[in-house]
Amino acid sequence: MTRVDSIWVYLATTPLLGLTATLLAYLVAFHLYERTGMNPLANPVAMSVALLVLLLLTTDTSYETYFDGAQFVHFLLGPATVALAVPLYDQRARLARLWLPLTLGLAAGVSTAICSAVGIAWLLGASRETLLSLAPKSVTTPIAMGIAEKIGGLPSLTAVFVILTGMAGAIMARPLLNLLRIDAHEARGFAVGVAAHGIGTARAFQVSEQMGAFAGLAMGLTALVTAFTAPWLAPLMVRLLTGGG
Amino acid sequence: MLEALAALLLAQTIGEVLSYALGLPVPGPVLGMVLLMILLLLRPDTVGMLRPTSLALLRHLSLLFVPAGVGVMVHFARLGDEWLPIAVALIVSTALAIAVTAVVVVWSARFLARRDDPR
Repeated sequence: MTRVDSIWVYLATTPLLGLTATLLAYLVAFHLYERTGMNPLANPVAMSVALLVLLLLTTDTSYETYFDGAQFVHFLLGPATVALAVPLYDQRARLARLWLPLTLGLAAGVSTAICSAVGIAWLLGASRETLLSLAPKSVTTPIAMGIAEKIGGLPSLTAVFVILTGMAGAIMARPLLNLLRIDAHEARGFAVGVAAHGIGTARAFQVSEQMGAFAGLAMGLTALVTAFTAPWLAPLMVRLLTGGG
Repeated sequence: MLEALAALLLAQTIGEVLSYALGLPVPGPVLGMVLLMILLLLRPDTVGMLRPTSLALLRHLSLLFVPAGVGVMVHFARLGDEWLPIAVALIVSTALAIAVTAVVVVWSARFLARRDDPR
């Protein structure tokens, strides 16, 4: 074994490599994102994921090995969700004024997200496991994975759908909302948070703190409502559509 | 910064304990967010201590999704087999969810404002 090989073997067994690679890939991706004037198409999550997958495939490293290190970043999703209380508190006056329209929007958005995802995928012939894994796709990762497990989907596949949904939402939100002539930052942020959870929220924070706060609120509420509705709604839909089993 | 981090983790821990003990389908971090919001409303003076760390954590929220996203490599086979239904469902459903939510929020706010303030 050459010297370089033995260093590689040593490093590959520590969490250091996965963690360092994640941060470096994100820094490169974020730099590119800024260079494009924060063009939604240059989504930093999408580019970081692409860079890392390429790296893991070329070095023949398994996802498990990578995740040993990257889990420290993944873990911070929990405290970051809690931290959403702060921008939300800063927006409390607007929140008190808008609670009823927001509640209505939430109910409409959550049911649209679940039913349309399952319905469209069924129409185009997706398998049962895929349908169940798609149902919680608009909810933030750790929570969506929990829901998928409960309803018989594949949690790790759900995680992928969640990330893809977030990227799609972050990319589409601005042109779509402009097309619909929705100008209010509260409504724009809230809609992105309902449909595209934390990745949409991250995008909203880059536009304004107010938009971010409403997206964060929507992300939390969507998790809450989906956690209560998806476990019965998704299996029911799948049973009706696929005719038993 | 350390106090803020400890407060965030403590709120998450209490949230996880409540979620587990009461058998709620609501995830711990979401309950933690609700608890922290209640704390802030009761003790507004704590927001100064929490704000810098919380906003720093949220500024790079996208980074935190990268490790889960890399999991895409484990599912290449299924994504290859079912790419059409998956891609169409994700894109159309996400667009619909954004549009429906935004339109319902704006229209119902407009309706309520008109009802409260008839001219």
